[in-house]
Amino acid sequence: MATLSVTEDCEQLRKAFAGWGTNEGLIISILAHRNAAQIKSIRQTYAQTYGEDLLKDLNKELSNDFERVVLLWTLDPAERDAFLANEATKRWTSSNQVLVEIACTRTSQQLLLAKQAYHARFKRSLEEDVAYHTSGDFRKLLVPLVGTYRYEGEEVNMTLAKSEAKILHEKISEKAYNHEDVIRILATRSKAQINATLNHYKNEFGNDINKDLKTDPKDEFLAILRATVKCLTRPEKYFEKVLRLAINKRGTDEGALTRVVTTRAEIDMKIIKEEYHKRNSVTLDHAIGKDTTGDYEKMLLALIGHGDA
Amino acid sequence: MDPPNDFEALTKAFSGFGVDEDSMVSILGKWHSEHLESFRKRTPKFFLEDERLFERWDDHHIACLTKEFLRFKDIVVQWIMHPWERDARLVHEAISKGPQAYGLLIEIACTRSSEELLGARKAYQSLFDQSIEDVASRLEGIERKLLVALVSSYRYEGLRVNEGIARSEAMTLAIAVKNVDKKNPIEDDAIVRILTTRSKLHLKAVVKYYKEIYGKNIDEDLDTLMSLKETLQCLCNPQAYFSKVLNNAFKDDADENTKEALTRVIMTRSNVDMKEIIEEFDKQYKVPLTQKIEDVALGNYKDFLVSLIRRVA
Repeated sequence: MATLSVTEDCEQLRKAFAGWGTNEGLIISILAHRNAAQIKSIRQTYAQTYGEDLLKDLNKELSNDFERVVLLWTLDPAERDAFLANEATKRWTSSNQVLVEIACTRTSQQLLLAKQAYHARFKRSLEEDVAYHTSGDFRKLLVPLVGTYRYEGEEVNMTLAKSEAKILHEKISEKAYNHEDVIRILATRSKAQINATLNHYKNEFGNDINKDLKTDPKDEFLAILRATVKCLTRPEKYFEKVLRLAINKRGTDEGALTRVVTTRAEIDMKIIKEEYHKRNSVTLDHAIGKDTTGDYEKMLLALIGHGDA
Repeated sequence: MDPPNDFEALTKAFSGFGVDEDSMVSILGKWHSEHLESFRKRTPKFFLEDERLFERWDDHHIACLTKEFLRFKDIVVQWIMHPWERDARLVHEAISKGPQAYGLLIEIACTRSSEELLGARKAYQSLFDQSIEDVASRLEGIERKLLVALVSSYRYEGLRVNEGIARSEAMTLAIAVKNVDKKNPIEDDAIVRILTTRSKLHLKAVVKYYKEIYGKNIDEDLDTLMSLKETLQCLCNPQAYFSKVLNNAFKDDADENTKEALTRVIMTRSNVDMKEIIEEFDKQYKVPLTQKIEDVALGNYKDFLVSLIRRVA
């Protein structure tokens, strides 16, 4: 039984598509201010009332960046991750980062739901597509990363942290970045354990592990390893950097901007905004306002203000 | 009282899977110390003449007997246990036993459904505060890559199969098999990828295309590569795999690990495909499974096994 407000939302959205052109403002004012559970309700009621999938109607009516941000936002979080992951497997190496992001910044449960959504939508498993579309060192790292069901407890084994910090340091010094121990530690250990290991790494060997992994700034595998470490240990800093690079690029990398905003709006956007402000002396709102326009800008701003409502 | 027959009967009550509780009670209940002494003196299989002039029970045999008495307890406890916990405990045991038990890891990773395997991974975390893949990645030997990937799999279970890809993957397998002298297929990235990520239906299609293109069953070509052969068999034809495991348990020279399979298979497949396994066993070994169990199992253990099988037969 749909609540009055859900029914109203559906009517308004339907109206937004009616006639010539589309009332994007109306779409933003509704969708940007609903959370995932509410959007799910709206989609169900819309389908029951009008016999069509809201997403299909959005697809038909909207274009480009604005469409994409609305579409991604309207998808259920698990479907969204499945959609982004599938897209990433089809592109080339620069999209490996998206896979790392999904595999490492989601909780074990969220990643599992994404994999189930992937089965349902693409009739294959995420693991088989990642394995099929990657090769060499990237496959060696990415398949275990997406396949893992990480333990999420807080317990830490300090002896193990010390010995694994040593192993990591050894392999990195030998430039054996793709060594199976390096991959094993990053892909299977709990986040708490990895944090302890890397803290010990810094105390014992003097540098942050990512500093030691920066020996060749052009090496793409090293870049992915650094991203893996950052996603596992400091996701808010990782996302701040992605946003910063996306906005400062000549033109803007709308893909990355849209992706981070829609996937983190309900999770940790507040912290990411603080991190952004700290790092860049301007607010994220300001930076987005300067670099984007129109309905795309309006939707993004509404979404990053989402948690504050 | 008929000493020679009773001695034989008592010996028999100890000699099989489980123990014949009823016979023991009825025979031993009647015996006095002279009968016991006589039994000990006349049964060199169990009792050794000690230098200090008494008949001493062979330690090894006491250990075996303990296992046989416990077989009933094991099957009762495991039967009641949640399947996730059961599988998690089996995996934990297999990992601690080392390479001889890796077949068990393959069995669990490949014959359970995606949700059952995931459940086992969850239970493992609850029971042992680590993830299975974490522990598995510290296994020894060249099978490690395969095993870790197998226990981490979360396979698609729908009906869609891409026939074109299945066909080309059959060819990939053939190439790896042909190059076995240069590189063990188990270390071939493509082989591991195909076996550990593709859906079971897809793999069945791969096997079908292999036969079509090369005229042979792939397991003939994998004969020397046991882990790969078992992996494929568990994924594509679990009934044949389980029927073979059961038959091995019945062999005279079977060790304890092999014998434990009798409990494990009946229990874990009872609600899944026991009927098909019984048919396969019959076809392969020309003797009904229930018959075989009646021959080698004893007492409460036997009764429990038979009742589990009768439910589906």
